[in-house]
Amino acid sequence: MKNIYEYYAKWIREGKLKVNSDWNKDLKIKFTVQDPCQIVRKSFGDPIAEDLRFVVKTVVGEENFIDMHPNRSNNYCCGGGGGFLQSGYKEARLQYGRLKDSQIQATGADYCIAGCHNCHAQIHELSEHYGGGYGVVHLWTIICLALGILGENEREYLREDLKEIAVYGA
Amino acid sequence: MSDEVVKLGSKKKSRFMDEVMQLLPEGGNLNLCLTCGACSSGCPATGLAGMDPRKFLRMAALGLDDEILKSDWPWMCTMCQRCIYVCPMKIDIPQLIYNVRGSRPRDERPKGILGSCDMALRNDSCSAMGASPEDFTFVVEDVLEEYQEAQPDFKDMQAPIDKKGAYFFLNQNSREPVTEPDELVPLWKILHLVGADWTYGSKGWAGENYCMFLADNENWEHITRTAAKQADDLGCKIFLNTE
Repeated sequence: MKNIYEYYAKWIREGKLKVNSDWNKDLKIKFTVQDPCQIVRKSFGDPIAEDLRFVVKTVVGEENFIDMHPNRSNNYCCGGGGGFLQSGYKEARLQYGRLKDSQIQATGADYCIAGCHNCHAQIHELSEHYGGGYGVVHLWTIICLALGILGENEREYLREDLKEIAVYGA
Repeated sequence: MSDEVVKLGSKKKSRFMDEVMQLLPEGGNLNLCLTCGACSSGCPATGLAGMDPRKFLRMAALGLDDEILKSDWPWMCTMCQRCIYVCPMKIDIPQLIYNVRGSRPRDERPKGILGSCDMALRNDSCSAMGASPEDFTFVVEDVLEEYQEAQPDFKDMQAPIDKKGAYFFLNQNSREPVTEPDELVPLWKILHLVGADWTYGSKGWAGENYCMFLADNENWEHITRTAAKQADDLGCKIFLNTE
């Protein structure tokens, strides 16, 4: 049982995934990353959080990455886990997520990368509910964007600022 | 804080405490609480439904099982385990939460979680959104074909299902195949570029497991075993979680 963050990092280190952050050199779009509780604290610990950061920094540029605090194994849960999304306690769930939203807003990032689907759905809703306006994207989207292979129909979660950037086939 | 004054019985035993202590190594350290409150101060669920992790544990320790069972808070705790991480005694409060969830009659647990669990039991996909193996296969093949034709660099890209002996067995959250199939493609492209030898399974492909959140032991095990068995039957080496 492994998680794909580890392999993204491995493939970049081995040169199989020839990726860089040139696309963002002038744009300077800022990113933060959510450490999914299930993957980091509850399964693989800080080493996979380091792999995740290595991948993100490689694809967005180190100067465009801002960490939340606290982070890694000490990160706050966003409130999307444990079935909360389907439990019917929406108000409580949004209240729960306030801490996560504040953490993200404090980074000033334009996007929060969320590799976990529960995190993705919850943080997306937090951004709208609390008015932060930051985007929420899967890691694979940003990797493909950086590789120049992200087509126009694969950009569901990119905001206007990135809809037209490095579109494959355009 | 709760409005009612809590009355303690003299010899009342806590079923939850006893159950969890038998279940966990060192009894989950449940009796070692220093009442320092590190758990509660860093818990996003603190204050919801008038509860917090320290209070919850104290109530269990005092045998207030009936009051605990009445609370909806176990469904507002995500069992994220940060309380264990920051606890000087590494006390396992989430396992207590899990057992309390499982102590409610199944049909009285939150409908949304229950529905997602039941949906996953309808067929071998084990998808909380109910997509059958045939639905999944159709969507994957259809999307793949579309991209192979539309994007010449990816005309040889593959998205195999039940490929025997593949190195990686991938799971896939149901959200993509069911509601936004184009979002499947970036992952496939990455796997294609690195030359990964991978497959989905027609059985047990879905990444989510709401029966676990429902604290339905028999059925979350069924879902997990279905996926694991498919990976084993295909002779895959690595079960790769794509979330």
